[in-house]
Amino acid sequence: MTYLTKLSAAALSELLVSRQVSAVEATRAHLDHVTAVDTDLHAFLHVAGDAALNTAAKIDARRAAGDVLNPLAGVPIAIKDVLATQDMPTTAGSKILEGWVPPYDATVVARLRAAGLIPLGKTNMDEFAMGSSTEHSAYGVTRNPWDRDRIPGGSGGGSAAAVASFQAPLALGSDTGGSIRQPAAVTGSVGVKPTYGGVSRYGAIALASSLDQVGPVSRSVYDAALLHDVIGGHDPLDSTSLTDSWPSMAAAAQAGLKDGALKGVRVGVIKELSGDGFQAGVTQRFTETLALLVAAGAEITEVSAPNFEYAVAAYYLILPAEASSNLARFDSVRFGIRVNPDSGSLTSEHVMSATREAGFGAEVKRRIILGTYALSAGYYDAYYGSAQKVRTLIQRDFAAAFSQADVLMSPSAPTTAFKFGEKLADPMAMYLNDVTTIPANLAGVPGMSIPMGLAPEDGLPVGLQIMAPAKADARLYTVGAAIEQLLEARWGHTMLSQAPALTPTEMFASEEGAV
Amino acid sequence: MSEITAEQVAHLAYLARIDLSPLEITSLTHDLGQIVDSIAKVSEVATADTPATSHPMPLTNVFRDDVVVPSLTVEQALSGAPDRAGDKFRVPAILDEE
Repeated sequence: MTYLTKLSAAALSELLVSRQVSAVEATRAHLDHVTAVDTDLHAFLHVAGDAALNTAAKIDARRAAGDVLNPLAGVPIAIKDVLATQDMPTTAGSKILEGWVPPYDATVVARLRAAGLIPLGKTNMDEFAMGSSTEHSAYGVTRNPWDRDRIPGGSGGGSAAAVASFQAPLALGSDTGGSIRQPAAVTGSVGVKPTYGGVSRYGAIALASSLDQVGPVSRSVYDAALLHDVIGGHDPLDSTSLTDSWPSMAAAAQAGLKDGALKGVRVGVIKELSGDGFQAGVTQRFTETLALLVAAGAEITEVSAPNFEYAVAAYYLILPAEASSNLARFDSVRFGIRVNPDSGSLTSEHVMSATREAGFGAEVKRRIILGTYALSAGYYDAYYGSAQKVRTLIQRDFAAAFSQADVLMSPSAPTTAFKFGEKLADPMAMYLNDVTTIPANLAGVPGMSIPMGLAPEDGLPVGLQIMAPAKADARLYTVGAAIEQLLEARWGHTMLSQAPALTPTEMFASEEGAV
Repeated sequence: MSEITAEQVAHLAYLARIDLSPLEITSLTHDLGQIVDSIAKVSEVATADTPATSHPMPLTNVFRDDVVVPSLTVEQALSGAPDRAGDKFRVPAILDEE
């Protein structure tokens, strides 16, 4: 049954609907693969095991009884540990929440369950989603399935690695400054950050409330669209949730597969997201992809977004400021661990300070202190106030660019996956890694990353970022599916079919230095 | 150059309610100085006539009807608490007796 793990969610869904394969068989195949490869990769922090099989058996019974279910019913899914799940621990990668089982489900999780998807477990992430490498998880790193000495991206490295290593066909992620798109890029998978407010954040542990967005992680554009249709739409429990009605993203993705889907599409290439700092192989694959688009009838224009240069700076003021406020809830009273101080009196204030010292990792402390600084009297106008003005300028840059183009494109990340430890000692180097993805969060527009080849110099995946105007998420799926089809036709295969095989035998051999 | 001092970091840590070791204060003072130098450039383009944006979508206050809806039970609400007393959260003393 190992072939079941190689299928797309759409293909698996067809077998489930026609009852050629049962949900239990599909779930067991994925759980077996998790057992085989995840001791080494460590994409999961928690595997649901029996609970997943029980859920699958219920889906099979309902299907056998003739119930009409969502087509994705019975398809396994991995859930980023930032999302509250009432039957699984939810830690956001932090020691401060070790073992916490929330008393409720995040809305997106409730919608998955209602549609009959099978939660396989919770995936690893940088603590509270602060990072671009998953090295800041309190529970150890996740390895990149393409090269186990390299990062899987972050903060959603666990979700991306789970999907890229065929442990799950689908996963949920969250994207505050690129945490869905950058891991997708470096693992050769697909990731979408929807329009701000397009997907509910109720039950998503907040990092930066004006930037956070939940979205799909998958191995194909169409699969991401199917998942987007399940989780998207208005949620009265999230006051920032948009009340718009949305078109079917799956239909939008299918429209992209028709002949001539790219004809006349105006593609804006952002001048500022190129050149210095971009790896040669990344630039090469991007240029080749643009040539492919031209051949398919798209019109390429260079657009300028002069204020993107200030996006990383603005982001690293706004995010820490909001995070320092959001993380104040970890006060050792309502949830999480409580640690008493070694000395001094046992007051609430002292216990809270000792708990946060023990429970937060270095990057979380760094950002809380930075945010506290940015918000303090005397600095507020110069830092936080200025960053909010830069946000206006970046929104104006997007408005000007979208007056000339239907979609904007850039590489999803400046480089391919870097090695563990390479950027850990230099926080600014790590932060600059997000230069391509941050502008979309500051403006609230949707963005997608799809694989566009392997960099010739290191053989590692390179991602293409596509951005659309706010609320035009469907356009991403049409254009993304069209480009994915063009690229796969040219390669003669999917990107992830080229990933190195992960068999337990091979892994042990490599640990012994035999390969 | 920004002028972040160790005393300042210690004060920020107090405001943020995180006990920091002397070693952490030293390394954070260094990191913060570097980061603040890099991000201070926002003030280069943030002119007085540029309006601030706090939120990517223009949203106004969102209200719901004032009706009772299901909520967590007391047991659910207390399920994650590190300490409880009956139906309440038990907290350490608020005031210092010293």
